[in-house]
Amino acid sequence: MSALATATDLVHTTTLAAATNENLANISNTLIYSAMAVYTLAFFTYIAEWIFGSRSKVSRTAAALTAKPAGAAGAKAPEVTVKNAGGTAVLERPKVVVRAAAGARDVPDGPGAHGGDVQGDLYGRIAVSLTVVAFLVEFAGVLARALSVQRAPWGNMYEFNLTFSTTAVGVYLVFLALKKDIRWLGLPLVTTVLLDLGLAVTVLYTASDQLVPALHSYWLYIHVSTAILCGAVFYVGAVATILYLFKDSYENKLASGGEPGSFATSVMERLPASASLDKFSYRVNAAVFPLWTFTIIAGAIWAGDAWGRYWGWDPKETWAFITWVAYATYLHARATAGWKGRRAAYIALIAFACFLFNYYGVNIFVSGKHSYAGV
Amino acid sequence: MSNTTAPAPGSSGSSDDQGLGAAASQLSTAPQEDAPGPPSMGVIGWARWFWRQLTSMRVALLLLFLLSLGAIPGSLIPQSGTDDTKVADFMRRHDFLGPLYEKLGLFHVYSSVWFSAIYILLFVSLIGCIVPRTWQFVGQLRSRPPGAPRRLTRLPAYTTWRTEAEPEQVREAALVLLRKRRFRALPHSPKDAGGIPIAGDSVAAEKGYLREVGNLAFHIALIVMLTAFAWGQLYKSEGNKLILEGDGFSNTLTQYDDFKSGTLFDTDDLDPFSFNLKDFKGTYEESGPNRGTPRTYEADVDYRVGAYGKAQKRTVKVNEPLVIGDSKVYLTAHGYAPVITVRDGKGDIVFDQPVALLPLDSNVTSSGAIKVMDGYRNAKGVQEQLGIQAFFLPTYVPGNEIASQFPALENPVLNLAPYHGDLGVNAGLPQSVYQLDKTHMKAFKDAKGQQVRENLKPGETMQLPNGAGSITYKGTQEWANFQITRQPAAGWALGGAIVAIVGLAGSLFIQRRRVWVRAVKGPDGVTVVEMGGLGRSESAKVPEELGEIAGTLYDQAPGAPDADSETPDPTVVPAEGAEK
Ligand code: HEM
Repeated sequence: MSALATATDLVHTTTLAAATNENLANISNTLIYSAMAVYTLAFFTYIAEWIFGSRSKVSRTAAALTAKPAGAAGAKAPEVTVKNAGGTAVLERPKVVVRAAAGARDVPDGPGAHGGDVQGDLYGRIAVSLTVVAFLVEFAGVLARALSVQRAPWGNMYEFNLTFSTTAVGVYLVFLALKKDIRWLGLPLVTTVLLDLGLAVTVLYTASDQLVPALHSYWLYIHVSTAILCGAVFYVGAVATILYLFKDSYENKLASGGEPGSFATSVMERLPASASLDKFSYRVNAAVFPLWTFTIIAGAIWAGDAWGRYWGWDPKETWAFITWVAYATYLHARATAGWKGRRAAYIALIAFACFLFNYYGVNIFVSGKHSYAGV
Repeated sequence: MSNTTAPAPGSSGSSDDQGLGAAASQLSTAPQEDAPGPPSMGVIGWARWFWRQLTSMRVALLLLFLLSLGAIPGSLIPQSGTDDTKVADFMRRHDFLGPLYEKLGLFHVYSSVWFSAIYILLFVSLIGCIVPRTWQFVGQLRSRPPGAPRRLTRLPAYTTWRTEAEPEQVREAALVLLRKRRFRALPHSPKDAGGIPIAGDSVAAEKGYLREVGNLAFHIALIVMLTAFAWGQLYKSEGNKLILEGDGFSNTLTQYDDFKSGTLFDTDDLDPFSFNLKDFKGTYEESGPNRGTPRTYEADVDYRVGAYGKAQKRTVKVNEPLVIGDSKVYLTAHGYAPVITVRDGKGDIVFDQPVALLPLDSNVTSSGAIKVMDGYRNAKGVQEQLGIQAFFLPTYVPGNEIASQFPALENPVLNLAPYHGDLGVNAGLPQSVYQLDKTHMKAFKDAKGQQVRENLKPGETMQLPNGAGSITYKGTQEWANFQITRQPAAGWALGGAIVAIVGLAGSLFIQRRRVWVRAVKGPDGVTVVEMGGLGRSESAKVPEELGEIAGTLYDQAPGAPDADSETPDPTVVPAEGAEK
């Protein structure tokens, strides 16, 4: 019986391990390494942007906060601010005046990592260009991988990691193309992309192999591609949330008369106002939540076709559900008095941690029906 | 808890905090947050207090949080529904934790008392929340948008200008313009009372009611989904049936190889249908490194609905079940069934049928047992039972005796090892059809005392020693395994899910907002136009939209040349004239 078992294993390894097209697989590997090199260049250029940006000594936040001490709301005539930046429409003649909600700090957004410094701005632009190049190279790498295995590039965790980081950078570039002010995301994004790719090529590398027949279904393509897209967008939301928490602490400190360190001042002054970061992360998370709902339902439909039940509390399903409930909790918190702001932000981060655990933790630590992917 | 701390800067308070009063009221149907004070009156007071708490946003938040927390252990601890052997294994290895987990229901989290309590409370809360919200919303639809606040300058978006046009003209133009932009717009004045419109100094408009509709639809859809899911769990059934080519199945309990069902399932719930497996086709990658990888699995069936239904042809594939009523017939596995003929010592045929073997690997190396229960007599004419251990390679390549090299029937070889004696099937204990219980069986031995064991090709026969009979391997049939599941209300769950997504999108992407336009004659006889906009949450869209509307209105009521400044100081402008 044991001889039989080993024979069985042998058969498995021989059919699965062989690459469909060694050549394309090698090209893919080369492209991924090249993308990592370009991301590294982009990483240093983003750093240069921050360093040059630190030359400009801006401290608008403090000025804004001391000019209008909090708590005075309602005492006298309403304070009216004219914002020319951002979404405020400036008409030919009637000007729209935008007033922040009472209790909200009215702090201007920072100028971005370059801090208004011309050279810093130049480096920032170069960094974005490098990011675009790295994205294209990585994209080509993923494509080559997909062609080499003749299926969608998400059969195992190595491929998941590649596709995920490509999508995250893609989302960032789309935001930039839409003229959203999120260049501040560049450095944290490229840093995590490098970590993600480093993990992929060292620990998770898997030679290309085939999918088992149960995976052949167009619902799989829908389910997994939307899951990856959701993850990338949730990631952008999570980074904004973390920065919001930092910036909010910074503004709180200033408002209560504290004096933050010079490094904190230099960095924080260049970020958007905490209210803007908060709003940005809310919008991003809220916008992708229906898609995440759809992803889970598509998964359930697929499970119904492939396994005969649409929901079976498999660990992967369970964590998708937990993530969903956690994000729903976050959206609820935003509508509940006393839970807005920082508390809601913590919930958003917990929700993203659930997503990450589903992505990595469940594959590595828990066994279930989804573990065919092979770490 | 929120009432004790002052609103932290940055965490914007609700729009009511801005002193906008009625103007911001009912911009959503979210329940009022009241102070979590203890109730004052007896039982009814307590009950009312408890109900208020349960249906508050705060408790809904807490329950949602508990729900996600409660779902975690089920993903980390083996669950009895999905993996009984792992649970048993866990119980064996953990003397202390095992019984503790057992007590806490951690081996069946999703049907445990405490998990059920969380979601039942959540859904009671949800229903207790939806019903009043729906009524409130219907009321909002039937009433008119609230009138303009006295000071439009306090609104998040504001604009003003002076014009030569008459106030009535401006208001009329605003009304037309807002209605054209699909606002629900009505003339309004502060004196307006009892719902009777009186031509007043301002126009009130509101848009985005679909947001609320979407939100309510989403929450109602959640209830539908949960109910459908619970229903499905209670009435579900699931069974397996292995069918040889040419054989059939009719959907009654006795025909299943194994069967599981929900607590409220009744055998009458089985959909009446039957089907025959006409042909199973498996094709495999013929060459290359992926040689042997399945390309297609297809089962051609004839099925009939009801006892006298017409036979219909269908092909069942791995991801494409046959759907009949609430039942789905899935193709889950396939394998081979060598056709075996056994003759006894006198040469009489005592066994002649295909025997399904169990696949062991992806190349369908198979094993199983042939059991001749009765009719067999040995060379001496004594009644005995025969058991034959079978090992089968659909593609035998000389040199590799233990594993098939390809899943299709390219060079089939059947290895047989016969035994005689008592199969033990009459002992009443359930026995696997694929295994022999050899405790009361003896292997046939040849003249040298070696166990008899032979490789047969189709058509070949092996003789049992000492005239004990013979075994013939006539040919090979294929079998397919079908899983027949019935999960009622799945359609409801899907419908609920679709409504939930659409409602959610509406709820999150549609802004509910109000616009007020006030036009009054100033002290100097020039008309002052003021416009204010308010959204449920601060949004860049509100001022943008207000700007567009103001721009269009401005074209119809162009700015008057002004002595002092283009934009009058908003703190001075408020239309005091309207107060008189
Ligand atoms: C099964 C549990 C629930 C889930 C998954 C859930 C999910 C959600 C989600 C995702 C939203 C965001 C949509 C939006 O912001 O417009 C939302 C909003 C809302 N939910 Fe729930 N909910 C649940 C239970 C409840 C309960 C029990 C209540 C009543 C206390 C409630 C009241 C509300 C209200 C009033 C809003 C709209 C808030 C606003 O106006 O922004 N929900 N819910």
